Amino acid sequence: MTPELKGYLLVSVIKLVVVFFTLLVGVAFVTWLERRVAAWIQNRLGPNRVGPQGLLQPMADGLKNFVKEETLPAQADKTLFLLAPGLAFVPSLVLFAVIPFAAPFPLSFDFSLPLLGQFAYAGPMPMIVADVSIGLLFILAVSSLAVYGIVIAGWASGNKYSFLGGLRSCAQMISYEIALGMSIVTVLILTGSVGLTHVVAYQQQTVWFVFSLTLGFVLFAISALAENNRLPFDLPEAEAELVGGYHTEYSSMRFAMFFLAEYGALITMSALMATLFFGGWDIPFTAWDQGEPSVLKSLATLVVFVGKTFFFVFWYIWVRWTLPRFRYDQLMGLGWKIMLPVALAYIMLIATAVWAFDALGLADGALYGLALFGVNLVALFIVFRVLDSGRLIGQQYVRREGSA
Amino acid sequence: MSQTEAVFWFFAAVSVISAFLCITRRNPVASALWLVNTLFALAAIFILLDAHFIGALQVLVYAGAIMVLFLFVIMLLNLGRDTGTDMLGWAGRIVMLAVGALLATELLVLARVVPDQRFVLPAGTLARITEEQGAVGAIAAPLFRDYLIPFEITSVLLLAAVVGAVVLAKRRL
Repeated sequence: MTPELKGYLLVSVIKLVVVFFTLLVGVAFVTWLERRVAAWIQNRLGPNRVGPQGLLQPMADGLKNFVKEETLPAQADKTLFLLAPGLAFVPSLVLFAVIPFAAPFPLSFDFSLPLLGQFAYAGPMPMIVADVSIGLLFILAVSSLAVYGIVIAGWASGNKYSFLGGLRSCAQMISYEIALGMSIVTVLILTGSVGLTHVVAYQQQTVWFVFSLTLGFVLFAISALAENNRLPFDLPEAEAELVGGYHTEYSSMRFAMFFLAEYGALITMSALMATLFFGGWDIPFTAWDQGEPSVLKSLATLVVFVGKTFFFVFWYIWVRWTLPRFRYDQLMGLGWKIMLPVALAYIMLIATAVWAFDALGLADGALYGLALFGVNLVALFIVFRVLDSGRLIGQQYVRREGSA
Repeated sequence: MSQTEAVFWFFAAVSVISAFLCITRRNPVASALWLVNTLFALAAIFILLDAHFIGALQVLVYAGAIMVLFLFVIMLLNLGRDTGTDMLGWAGRIVMLAVGALLATELLVLARVVPDQRFVLPAGTLARITEEQGAVGAIAAPLFRDYLIPFEITSVLLLAAVVGAVVLAKRRL
């Protein structure tokens, strides 16, 4: 192996370990945050006994899960039952690999170790675990695999409630994946590239996509809730109807794996929203972060990125404890009859707007983004107006009530 | 053996073994999962060939969407438990042998044929085009410029299939 290859491998492995360790600690923190914020919203205290402000509660929960008994239902398909938690766990963490989390870090080294030989690396080091050329497609591909863990868990448990949960999540995730993908297409139209590094760079040069693609962001955020099985779309594990849904039969660490997968996906999706629509690690109102790489810039952008991600994690929790659950036919109706047509029409709209602005000779820049923001405001107004007046989702309910 | 070759043989072995397990498992769900594994290994081989976009689509469309629907149908019809196969009996064996022999012959012929020079890209062409036009551009430009009409005809075919499926599924339109 050449010194460059060895250096590259060393840097990659270190990034991998650090990022995934941080992510797992973040997951533990988010489980605590969820309970505390829930308590805060419901005017309670929440877990505050273990450690300062209850911060060590996740450790206690983890320990409890470790020492609990593992159960295997008599009806279960053993291999698949044991495999399912892993299948659910992996995609949620792998996704984070393609998200750039800070400005490039100035790092170059060239040293020799006994036995291992020479290591060389020419910086600056991109702050992303794997800068793959197909970034956004990778995200769509891997997030489409997350459904396997849940479906297999539901089926392999040999339990009707689990099975129904699995079927529901299968249908739901396929439906909303389409809207999710379609809302990302508008990002691709503007950026002209599928790499997430390019997406961030483009937003730094113009405006954040939340302005130039507001409706796209709204669609993405709603689909993201459904993709992660979060309230108001948590039908696969609706405890009032299905006991616990797909993980009813799971206990101890295997249940904890599903738990980790869910919150891992939540953090990843939040980071994705920050990257796609809120400029990623970009610090607003300054071009300072785009210049020559420095340690300070990397740290500052990292803090900004974590802050944006944290905001969306909070937003997820906030939504969960604010909105009631949809009924299943309403969920499907929203996905297929509203989200998908709106997303398709929106792609047409953005493509037309981009074409028209190019024909008018408007250059890429802040003005371009603001002009698109104007288009978006009109589109948003129309969509919300129609949704608000027509009660498109509740039709069946209204009809049944009227005929009775 | 170079590193690329080693990776290729690994994924080739995985895909062949998974395909074999896919057809030998009695349990339909296990079969479907082995097929997913095969599709994964094929995606890895596409990526080795510098066709990153095709590799991603392989996972996104086949492993992520079509196979999930397969599983959905298998589970919905509750075919999940082990059942006997209808490929037994002498008729089934003859069909198996015939199809197997046909496929083996095709493989042998394909392995010996030297492809026409018109169909062979010089080494590294795909990597260069991907570098120039991006992973998506390398596919999109020929698809939407040179082969636009075949592409549109294919989409009409798909539309016809969708309409047919809707007509079949809905008894009263």
